[in-house]
Amino acid sequence: MSADVRPIRTAAEQALAEAFAARAAARAGDPLASRREAAFRRFAAEGLPHRRVEDWKYTDLRALMREAKPLAGPPDAAGIARAKNAGAALRGVKARRIVLVDGALVPELSDLAALEPGVTIASMAQALAAGDKEVVGLVGTVAPSDDVAAALNTAFMGDGVVLRLADGVALTRPIHLVFAYTARAAAAVFARSLIVIGNGARATLIESHEGPDDLDYQVNNALELTIGDDAKVDHIKIGTEGSRALHISTLMAALGARGELNDLSFTTGGAVVRNQLYLRYAGEGAAATISGASLIKGRQHVDTTMVVDHAVRGGTSRELFKSVLDGESHAVFQGKIIVRPGAQRTDARMMTRALLLSEAAEADNKPELEIFADDVQCGHGATAGALDRDLLFYLKARGIPAHEAEALLIQAFVGEALETIANDDLRGALAEAAATWLEARG
Amino acid sequence: MPMLEIKNLSVEVDGRKILDGLTLAVNAGEVQAIMGPNGSGKSTLAYVLAGKADYAVTQGEVRFDGEDMLAMEPDERAAKGLFLAFQYPLEIPGVATMTFLRTALNAQRRKRGEAELSTPEFMKRVREAAGKLGIEQEMLRRGVNVGFSGGEKKRNEILQMALLEPRLAVLDETDSGLDIDALRIVADGVNRLRSPQRAMVVITHYQRLLNYIVPDVVHVLSKGRIVKTGGKELALELEARGYAQFQEEAA
Repeated sequence: MSADVRPIRTAAEQALAEAFAARAAARAGDPLASRREAAFRRFAAEGLPHRRVEDWKYTDLRALMREAKPLAGPPDAAGIARAKNAGAALRGVKARRIVLVDGALVPELSDLAALEPGVTIASMAQALAAGDKEVVGLVGTVAPSDDVAAALNTAFMGDGVVLRLADGVALTRPIHLVFAYTARAAAAVFARSLIVIGNGARATLIESHEGPDDLDYQVNNALELTIGDDAKVDHIKIGTEGSRALHISTLMAALGARGELNDLSFTTGGAVVRNQLYLRYAGEGAAATISGASLIKGRQHVDTTMVVDHAVRGGTSRELFKSVLDGESHAVFQGKIIVRPGAQRTDARMMTRALLLSEAAEADNKPELEIFADDVQCGHGATAGALDRDLLFYLKARGIPAHEAEALLIQAFVGEALETIANDDLRGALAEAAATWLEARG
Repeated sequence: MPMLEIKNLSVEVDGRKILDGLTLAVNAGEVQAIMGPNGSGKSTLAYVLAGKADYAVTQGEVRFDGEDMLAMEPDERAAKGLFLAFQYPLEIPGVATMTFLRTALNAQRRKRGEAELSTPEFMKRVREAAGKLGIEQEMLRRGVNVGFSGGEKKRNEILQMALLEPRLAVLDETDSGLDIDALRIVADGVNRLRSPQRAMVVITHYQRLLNYIVPDVVHVLSKGRIVKTGGKELALELEARGYAQFQEEAA
């Protein structure tokens, strides 16, 4: 190790270093070995991100992650059996289910039969073991980030999904990646998936994450998504992790010319959640709508951090994030829009709104615009506040009891973000999930 | 027993006395008008009846069918049959008018121990009531009052009233901001609801509305109390001579 490497300090950092060293033998013959080692060096140099690291200012991972759990092993038969009903809340969407248990793709739970022509689905571990050239070539290159959490995923990732859509393939049936944690002890899961959407192809991709409430398991999930020219992707991530879970998720996406991405993250679960998104405009005239809806309570902490990189001309981006905060929960939004030299005619707008249902809840908001081109339109806005008392009175004056009136207004608030989902069944399922959250709030 | 009985009611807002010993009784089947200049306490009376917070009742009582209405939450009052048509109906983005109407109607029915309406029955009632008020179906799918003109908002209030079938309706300056055609549609909507079982309190600044909704009794409100009561001709007198004479009497 070079001299500028910072000494490992915390127990968690120490455990991660030991885990990486212990896997040295497994890296022999791994086509990503050198990328993994570089990623680990990145972690070793920085340690776990903490509040003095600007991008992690509000989510002090070093303090929040007291220990690094051991890497999850492959799921056993009982663990697989426990995942049978994972993602059931979305049954009505009738998506093609691909199930990952503790980060490993489980073919017997997955719907891999009768794939549409031009669609391939494989295990990341198998693709790497087989030395799949396209996969090896793409991992870590789609929208590179020097983020340490993403680096840890590269260093440790075991399995995940590789999904490819050939040029022009238009899927009518959504694909649902079901990530279930079923191990009986708390462990760490590092899954990495790669999705390649060919030119002119269309797909709706759903990712859901769930696990038990009684374990403080750790998930560091990453997805690389490359969207071809004129392709269109809806990507909806549903975060319903167990109430003690630490969940870090990194989406690295690249948009081809005139490509479209509709991304929405919906979060109700997890103790500490960090949703990171790095979006690179690779081709001109592409458009992205990035939305979020979180409903959190107790001491939940949900951080959304994204970098939207308008590297080329004529890109459009729209961000709308809605947080509903009860108890002592904490929502963080950090959104950076970069408009590179030459990215003329960029049109980027970002809006975040927090609805505070309790005095003790907190919402932090940090928009950043870095504009290096002229002839661009960029804007951002943020609001935070309580429910409108006059509106509540109006509803109550019509005979709607206080609790129901609040629920109606909260659903309407979240609904604006959910409106961006084109699939009716999916939008309905998430509205239902929001209603369930409101009922549980009591 | 009057349906609504207000006795010696005094109300403060932010420590300022707005209603000052107001007394009023409204019987089933009656339409009573309350007229008064700006600042006389008309809207305060409407809000206090509906149960808005921030109004401190310092004296007096309000009884609805003999029950202490001031002890009830706004939604309980509504379920008992009180309806306030707002002077400034609010916009509720994200809550479709249809959802709003159904939620309100069913909440009231549940509270009264009645079965919820089936969807087809509900739709039928909404379509009928909306049709009479010239409200397009498309407007019902939009957020409540979002993008509605002033007249559309007032019509939407009357639509709510028609569906909720209150026994006591309080109309707070329902004529404000309406052109003559809209006024006629709204007034027709109100008149259709007149019945021997139902009472209405029509609050207005101008006499104009009372040409269309003809009251049985007219009261003049000034400085928080009723200073004169008469028949419908009192409204015409006010139109001709203004409020000044009554303000002096009250002073």
